[in-house]
Formats: sequence, structure tokens, C-alpha cells
Amino acid sequence: MLNIIKIAARNLRRYQRRTILTSALITLGVVAVLLYISVTGSFKDMMVGQITDSMIGHLQIHRRGYLASIDNLPLNLNLNEHQLTKVKKILSNVDAVESFSMRIKLGAMFSNFTETTNIRLNAVIPEQEVKTVPLLPDRIIEGQKKDVLLQKGEILIPELIAKGMKVKVGDDIVLVANNKDGSVNGKTFTVSGVLEGISGPGGRDGVIHLDDAKELLRIDGVEISEIAIRLKSMDDLPPVFSRLKEELASIKDKQDKPVFELHTWEKLTPFYNIAKMIDLMTFFIKVMLVSIVLVSIMNVMIMAVYERINEIGTISAIGTLPGKIMALFVTEGFLLGVLGTVVGTVISLISIAAINAAEITFNFGRQSDLLLAPVIGQGDVITIGLIVIGISVLASLQPAFKAARMDPITALRHV
Amino acid sequence: MSLVTADNLEKTYQIGEITVKAIRGVNFSIEPASFVSFVGPSGSGKSTLLNMIGCLDPPTGGYLQVAGQDIANMNRKQAARFRGEHIGFVFQDFNLIPVLTVFENVEYPLLMVQNWPEQKRKKQVQNLLEAVGMGDQANKYPSQISGGQKQRVAVARALVTNAKLVLADEPTANLDGETANRIINLMKKMRDELDTTFIFSTHDPRVMRNAEIIFTLEDGRLRNGGAHA
Repeated sequence: MLNIIKIAARNLRRYQRRTILTSALITLGVVAVLLYISVTGSFKDMMVGQITDSMIGHLQIHRRGYLASIDNLPLNLNLNEHQLTKVKKILSNVDAVESFSMRIKLGAMFSNFTETTNIRLNAVIPEQEVKTVPLLPDRIIEGQKKDVLLQKGEILIPELIAKGMKVKVGDDIVLVANNKDGSVNGKTFTVSGVLEGISGPGGRDGVIHLDDAKELLRIDGVEISEIAIRLKSMDDLPPVFSRLKEELASIKDKQDKPVFELHTWEKLTPFYNIAKMIDLMTFFIKVMLVSIVLVSIMNVMIMAVYERINEIGTISAIGTLPGKIMALFVTEGFLLGVLGTVVGTVISLISIAAINAAEITFNFGRQSDLLLAPVIGQGDVITIGLIVIGISVLASLQPAFKAARMDPITALRHV
Repeated sequence: MSLVTADNLEKTYQIGEITVKAIRGVNFSIEPASFVSFVGPSGSGKSTLLNMIGCLDPPTGGYLQVAGQDIANMNRKQAARFRGEHIGFVFQDFNLIPVLTVFENVEYPLLMVQNWPEQKRKKQVQNLLEAVGMGDQANKYPSQISGGQKQRVAVARALVTNAKLVLADEPTANLDGETANRIINLMKKMRDELDTTFIFSTHDPRVMRNAEIIFTLEDGRLRNGGAHA
């Protein structure tokens, strides 16, 4: 076998033009795919990061049935103190949990004393919220960013309401809300900042202090609509989700049904579908690469067999076994694949480093100056490499088989 | 014991509905270390006969034994293995591999067919190249040497595996008279040194003169039983 590898490598060296052409095609395909994966991967990770780190966290716990009714922001599906204590206990035992934030979600009437509109609000404990969604303060586009997200009596209002209602930082506004019993209450707030809107649930919500919400809704004791959870690493999401799901499911109500529901960020934001589309596009790009490699190698190998019919006849006549002739051509395809993959990978890694060094920024939707920071995982490089090499071998099989089956007399007569 | 024995050997081709009898009931035997020529006009069946002796084309009738083996019923793999072990070929068009040097062309059967160890292989190749007078051209490519030199390299390649039998189909057809004589003399010399049997086909009278045994073929039949020249 070593002799066949040596001869195949020598053939590739000697048939230089053909080797350069084919390996260049493979290289091009590998570079295209690795760059595409790294750039789209970076874009996807960044967008996921934006959503999880500035709005929803990595996981959320609600009372069962809450998410199905989230458009109504129901107050009668809040978690009570007893339930909250159980959740806190479970979360405190999971090392992978970095922090969690308890929220009351509510709908209210927003009045600037001349006009009224509706607003959706997240009532939070600022310290908890900033730990759980650390990019939230970055969404404050007007108003001074302070150490504390907001004080009691202050409100962060969404950009669209600020513009539509002509409300500025420092203005007083009134929130009027019904509590779960139906009684109405109002409270005056000072606008401390304007929040940039982002797509997805909660992306256009205002933010108030949890104590203010309790006062507005006349809540005595503890009531929480949702608990947003941040993990130390996104990679921990699947195991933590499984563990929490199991532990939360063990807590049942009087009807012996689970009290809680647990969702990952993927179930909470429509961006997940975009992320899936990016994955799908990446898959199709991979398929295209595979096709390019397959067709180019097959074409070159068929041409190689055609150009070398006389040579095949000669080596067959002098006693080379059909299996060895086949192995020779397959090995040439394999080595072409390896060469193209190695060169393509090196060029891709250099290109990725260059893009990172160039610090290219771009705009996405309403967000500007996002830094393009492509990264490629070892797993992706290995997978693509193996696919390309595998396809190179596969594409060589038919021409190699043709060469091995060739009748030596016919081949020798070929001019 | 004969190296090659043919008994009522036949080869029939079917081309569409036409049946072509290329070899019709041929009988002959060739002793080891012979220098034999099959002569005859084009289409007389010389190449077909050589192809059958060389296990490149199976007979359709009769019996053919080469180096003690009945070769009529060999499959492709067995035939290839037999050729690699016992037979060397010299072709009219030299058939050297263009991207290999002279040395590599001669080395090829030892590397790809017989798998000789490197040191022994290199020594054998160098000896053969010296023997055919191409020792100083080892690193040249086929495109850098003349037709006569190419045929010398082809002879070296045919002999490098210590083949018992070398088959040469019109080995001088593409060479001028002087070069053709040199090649025939070289083959004779190699036969004398190595006791290898050379069988070649030709319709070149200059080559016929040098053969020791001549079989004349006409329309697929032998006209003589191997006249000594």
C-alpha cells in the first residue's frame, strides 16, 4: 500500500497542471464553506447573545400555562412565595447557574398627561436583572447610565413609546393598571431612560422596579410572573435544562400536575427560527461544496483515466492487478482531497484571523457597529475536512473502477 | 520441456453478426531460451497469437500452455498475476510512462507488480539499464530520449522481473534500419546472457533475418512449423 501511495503522490507531482487545477477547486470550496460557517456562526452567536443577554436570559421558569397566555400578561398565573422558595432552592443547587432574575410582567396604561397608550412592563429587581441580562443597560439609548439600572419610582420606556408620546428623560408619566382582582390603581413615574427596541418577546417592554409593580398592583407578599436564568456557559444549556426540567416536574399541584414550566431561549424567541434558517443555509452551502468537489474530482479523474488509457493498458499488461490499478486512482483522488483540504483550511484560518484583525463592523436591523468576529470550531474544521476527503475518494471510485476494468488490449491500442 | 505449447489453438471474434476466425487450429511449441519470430502480412494473426501467449486475450478453442500452465481458463486477476510473474512485454510504440524517468519506468514492475525491497530493486534496475546501454540516461524522461533508446528502456523493463518470456509485438516498426538491428541484437544478447525466451512478431525482413526460429502465419494458419533461419 505504501508503494501505491508513493506512486500516486509521484503521479500528482508529475501531472502538475491537473493537480493544481483540481486541488485549487477543492481549496476554493473548503475556503468558501469554512468562511461562511465562521461568519454566519459568529453572526448567529452574536444575535443569540444579544437576545439572551439583553432580554430573556438562557432559560425561563413560569407557572404552568403562563407562556400560552403570555400575550395577555395574566396576573393570576404568577408564582407564589411557596412556589418561589422551591424554585430558588433548586436553582441554588445548580452550579452552572450564574444568576437569576425574578420579574412581574404586566400590562398598563401609559399617560403623559395629554395622551394615553398601552405599555407592557417588566418589573424587576435591578441588581438581579443586570446580573442575568448584562447587556440590558447597553440598550439605554437616552438617559444617563448609572451603577443601578433604575431606582424605585423610575421607569425605562421603550423607544417607540418615547417617540410616539413625545416623552423625554426626566419627564413624569403615569401608569394605570388593573390588578388580578380587577381594581384599578395608578402611580406616577419619572422616565430615567429610553430603551432601544429589539425583536422578540419583551423587546419593546418598559422596565420598572419590582417594588413599584407590587405597589401598583397592590400585591401583598410575593408574586412573580417569570424567573429568567443566566448560565455560566451557554454550552451548559442542554444538561441544565434536562436537570431543571426533571427537578421542576417533580413538584406537583393538588391535581398531580406539574406546577412549573421551563423553557430555553430557543422556545421564547422567534430569532431561533432565523438561527435555524442560518443552520439550514449552512447545510445547503455544505451540500454545494460537496457537489463542487464531487463533480470536479470526478471530472478530473475521468479525464485522467481517459488521458492515461495507454498508460493503464501498459501497467495492466505488465501484470499490475486490477485491484492495484483501482487503488492507485482512488489514492490519487484521496491525496487530491487531502491537499485541497489542508491548503483550504490554512487559507481559511488565515482569512478568519485577518477578518478579526480588521475589526469589521456592520449594522443589523436597528443595531449598528456590530463587530464581525468570525470563529470556527475544531469540530467544524474536522467535519468539513473529512467530508471533502471522503467525497474525493467517492468521486474517484467510478473512474478508478473504469481504469481497473479496462481491457489491456483495447487500452494499448488507444492513441 | 517446452516453454510454450499450442495445440489446435483457435481464436474467433464476433463482430456484430460477422464471425472472424483470427487463428485457425495452430500447433507449435517453443523451447526455453529461443529467439522466435512470427512473421506474416498484416492481418495474418501475429498480434492475436502474441496476445494469447501473453495472457492478454484468451483462446476460444484448443490448448495453450505457457511456462507449464494452461492459460485458457484464467480469469483477469490470475492472468495479470501470471503476466507479472512470467512475461515481459515490448511494444511497438514503446509504451513508456511519460511522467516517469527512464529509471522509474524500468523500476515500475518491481514496485507495483512484484514489490521488491528498495535496495535490491534499485540494484536490479541499474544493472538492467547498464546491460541495455542506458545506465547514463537513467534520470531522463521518455520525451528526452530517441526512439531506439526508448525501445532499449522497454527491453530493460520487460526483463527487470527476470521474466522467462518476453513478447515483442513489432518492436522495430517505429525504428530506422540501423536502430532496428541494434534492438534485435540487444534482445539476442539479453537472451544469451539471461536465457530468456524472446518471441516477437514482425513483417520487417531486416528483423526476420535475425530470428533463429521463424513461424510464418497466413490467414490465421501456420504455413510452416517453425523453420530455423
